[in-house]
Order: sequence, then structure tokens, then C-alpha cells
Amino acid sequence: MTPSSPERQPSRESAEADRRDDSRSPDAADEAVYGFPAPVWRALERHRPPGMGLLQRWRSPLRGPWLTSVFGSVLLVGLPVVILTGLLSYIAYGPQFGQAIPADVGWLKLPTFDWPSRPSWLYRVTQGLHVGLGLIIIPVVLAKLWSVIPRLFAWPPLRSIAQLVERLSLLMLVGGILFELATGLLNIQYDYIFGFSFYTAHYFAAWVFIAGFVIHVLIKLPKMINGLHSLSVRSVLRTSRADTGPEPPDVDGLVAADPAPATMSRRGALALLGGGALFVAVLTAGQTLGGFTRRAALLLPRGRSRGEGPNDFEVNRTAAAAAITSAETGTNWRLTLTRHGESGQLLLDRAALEAMPQHTAELPIACVEGWSTTQTWSGVRLRDLAALAGLSTPARANVRSLERFGGFNHAVLQANQVGNPDALLALRVNGVDLSMDHGYPARIIVPALPGVHTTKWVRSIEFGQP
Amino acid sequence: MHTLFTRFTAFYGSNPLHLLGTIAAWALAGYVVTLLGAQALWNTKVWWQSIAVWFLAAIIAHDLVLFPLYALADRSVTSALAAVRGRRKGPSPRVSPLNYVRVPTLATGLSLLLFFPGIIRQGQSSYFAATGQNQQPFFGRWLLLVGTLYGVSALAYAARLAFCGRRGEATAAS
Repeated sequence: MTPSSPERQPSRESAEADRRDDSRSPDAADEAVYGFPAPVWRALERHRPPGMGLLQRWRSPLRGPWLTSVFGSVLLVGLPVVILTGLLSYIAYGPQFGQAIPADVGWLKLPTFDWPSRPSWLYRVTQGLHVGLGLIIIPVVLAKLWSVIPRLFAWPPLRSIAQLVERLSLLMLVGGILFELATGLLNIQYDYIFGFSFYTAHYFAAWVFIAGFVIHVLIKLPKMINGLHSLSVRSVLRTSRADTGPEPPDVDGLVAADPAPATMSRRGALALLGGGALFVAVLTAGQTLGGFTRRAALLLPRGRSRGEGPNDFEVNRTAAAAAITSAETGTNWRLTLTRHGESGQLLLDRAALEAMPQHTAELPIACVEGWSTTQTWSGVRLRDLAALAGLSTPARANVRSLERFGGFNHAVLQANQVGNPDALLALRVNGVDLSMDHGYPARIIVPALPGVHTTKWVRSIEFGQP
Repeated sequence: MHTLFTRFTAFYGSNPLHLLGTIAAWALAGYVVTLLGAQALWNTKVWWQSIAVWFLAAIIAHDLVLFPLYALADRSVTSALAAVRGRRKGPSPRVSPLNYVRVPTLATGLSLLLFFPGIIRQGQSSYFAATGQNQQPFFGRWLLLVGTLYGVSALAYAARLAFCGRRGEATAAS
């Protein structure tokens, strides 16, 4: 449990040398060493609760520092990607306009910058990675927890204050990752059984996890490097089930004291885990990649076919759910254009918008749930509407929907997003009028913008001065 | 200086960096709670819909429920297969079916763990509001997936048995 002291460097000559090194290392000597207050820790050790011995009967011969280090190194590469793409999503929501959730996060965010509107697939990639990799990593997290579970039931649980604070910090690590995975999984399937705000909980718990993750990596990194060197990958790949034995005994008690014969080789276990990750990847990637792979995401909401028509692609929030009526979107509908701080307004009906120069762009809608869908949109460029309102280079645009309720009935767009030549007030998709569910009579579509900000059933746009 | 370091390490149980880093991590977690507000951690109306409860329950659900369940299941299957093998008269099969049971069972469990909301149709109204569809197909799809997993595993086991059987005959003949 205690990290290697500085004087102990990994010996790399051979596994045999490692073994000898281990037996003489301060870690091994640690077995009998107690920190302050030693009498308390000794008393704790003597008072082993009944039944604890039963819990020590770990039988798998595969558990050991090498296997744990392999799982740990996979997570050390994968989890930072999931963390970073998650924090980027917060920036993509536009914290500078107060529209990232939760609004007040103090210092707990990446430095705010204007989210780029190029390339158009940017958010599709970052958020697809966040959700996709977050799911693919689940079997690895479970395997890692399986590999270290003997530590949870080890007796004595503590021999020093250092072990106490370290074990407590594991609450942040394990609670954090499991909380993030659970809430994320439920959210992408629209199951809000947890009752609290997903955004708030997922964001703040992420920082608790980050705290636990960073300290865990700092404490365990030397141990992980030693562990990786304790067996050679080549020998593991060559060893069959029959020849698979336990790793040399370790100070942490990961290696079983009384191992059962192997029912699976180490290479088999790695293949099983890799297969599990691949299995999840196949069931998940289709919701982001689209096309023929979408069908493979057969258990996810966005792996469903909606038909072959031009408007038969994935809907995010139906017109019925948003309480949009045909009276509001019919011939009486007008788009209101205004300039911030000025009283004048411009009213345009759909015919007037159709009479303006039309632009067509192939752009994805990419949602925070990780799914995306790319369609061909046509309509009026937002910068043409800004010019019509009298601002050729607006600093921002505040778009409002006909939808009265709901947290996402308006969105503020940055200057680069309004100015992008592919940023549209779309009237048509794939050559036909938008359907009600896709935002008829007009919706916003902007490259690389989080899907929930591509406001549907647009009622008004207010352009801000530079 | 060296003795100070040694004495601190002996007292605390690890080097000073360990303490500094852990304090920093806890301070960050404390800052998160001050930003969130301690009252936001606890739902006074429905206790189990609290962030604090879910955070701790996640640990308990894995360490004290999910892990014991799957470990027990695995040990039961392993010892049951060993018992059957021990009692059977005549030659026992050359290939243990254990991993041909484990693999599809793990995949089934994983798919259920990840995608249970659709499979058991939880959150129907929010699902419908978001997508305009219902969750009706998922249970059937999942059953098909499970059937395929076990079916493929059975075929693989049969093929393996046949392969080993033929190799065994060849060995006996030679």
C-alpha cells in the first residue's frame, strides 16, 4: 500500500532479480513496520473480526502486480481522454454566455475560449469520444477493480496514517468513476431515475474523480512501472493455460496465497477483456459514426431506424414534447430580427426567407449523449440575416424558440459561429421542408455546435454589437 | 535533513510528498462541495435521489453486491463443472466447457449492465419526449443478442470438441 521509497528503483535485469529485489526492498520490510501510533495499528491487527479469514481466500492465480499494472496503464491512457473531452464539452456549451451547466464552477474548468466552428465535425468527435470511450472503458474499470479487490478486505487494513489517508482518497477515485459511469450511462438512455440534475452532478463529481485519479496515479505510478516490468509481455503471450502459474508473492497481497489451478491463461484473460471492450465498441460506435454502422448500436436509443424519408433521421425533443402547435408554425409565423439595445425590429415570414439567397451545407447534429447524424441542410446564412438587421459582423446572436418552457429554448451563438459561411437558419433538409419534429418552420444549424444549441422552431434572433 | 526525512517517513508511514498530494486532493474535493453547496448533496424529500447517496451507493453496489455476486456465480460454475467431471464414468471431455460458459455469460451481463434502461423500459416518458419513439424493441433485441452469444459459444465448443476428438483418435491410432 505504501509507495516505493525513492531509494528503491526497479531492477530490470530479469524477473528473477526482481523477485530477489522485492524480498529485500523496504516495501517487504514494511510488513512489520508500523507508523505512528504503532500500538493502535498493532491492536487493530490482533483484533481481526471473525469471518475475515474466509474473505482472504482469493483463488485466482492471475491476480498480481503485473496484471493490475496492465489494466492500470490502459486506464491511465484512456481516462484522461474521457476527462478532457468532457471538460471540452463544457467549453463548447459557451460558459462565457452563462449557458454551460452548471453555471458557476469557480476555477474548476478549462480556460474559456471561443469554441471553434471548424472543422464541422469537431464536437461530433470530442463528444463521440467522451461517450464512446467512456462506455468502452467500463469492462477495463471492472477488470481493474476485480484485480485489486483483495486489498479491500486485507487485514490489518491500516498500518500508518499514510495508509489511512490513502485509503480514504480511494473513495474519491472509486466512488468518482462509478458515479460518473452510472450517471453517464443513464443519461444517454434518457433514464433520469437519479432525480438530481445530471449536468451538475456529472460535472462536479468529475472533479472529485479527477482529484482521486491524480493522487492515485502519483502514488502508484512507480508501483505500476515496476509491475509492468515484472513479467515480459512476450512470455505472457507464449504461456498456455496449463503453464500459467501465479506471479511471485507481493507485499500488497494481490497474489493469492493459495491459488487454484488456472482456468484461463493470462493471455486468455487479456483477450477476454479486449473482446469485452470490442463488444461494447461495436454496440456503441454506430450512434456516432452513423451510416450502416448505426444498426449495430442495437441497444442504444440512436441505433434505431426511423425510415428512409428525407426527414427520417434522429430527433432530439419532439414538437409534441416542446408543446409546439401548428397554429404557431403556420402562416402566422414570423421571424423577428432585432439588434441588441435598439427598439426597431424586422419581421420576416417564410416566403420572405425563401426569397433570400439560399445556401446548402452538409452538417452534423452532434449531441451531448454522444450520438450524431449528418444531413444536408438548406436555408439562409446567419450572417446574411445579421446584415439584414444592420450588423455585418455581430459579436453574438441570441436565438429564441417558440418553445415556452425547457432549459434549451434559447441559445447564444459566438461571433465565429454566426460568421461561419455554413451557419444557417435552415428551412429545408435533404431537399424538402423541415418536419415539425426537426424544427419547422426554421431551425439553427451551425458547424461543430452542440446539438442542443441548434435551436428549433426559431421565433427570434437578436444580434449583438461588437 | 536526511534524518528529518527518515523520521517523518517512520512517523507518517510514507514520504512527505504523499501527505502533501493527498491533502491537495482532499482540498480540491472540499472546494467542489463548497461550490455545489452541501445541501445539494442531499435531497430532503426523496433521500435516495441524492448525489451523496449515489456516490457512496456506487461503491457499495460494486464492491459489496456486484463483485460478490459474480465471484460466487463463477466459483459455483467452476466447482459444479469440476464435480460433474469427477463423478462421470468413462473418459471426461478433453476440453473444459467452463470458458465457453463464462464468455457468453460475461457478455450478457455486460450488455445488461450497460443497456438495462432500454431493456427493462425504464424512463419511458423522457425517452419518448426526446426521441419520439418507444423502448419496445430493446428487450427482444437483447434476447436475440443473448441467444447469438450462447449459440456461437456452443458452436465453438462443439467444434473444439470435434477437433480434439479427432486429434485424440489420431494419437490413439498412431
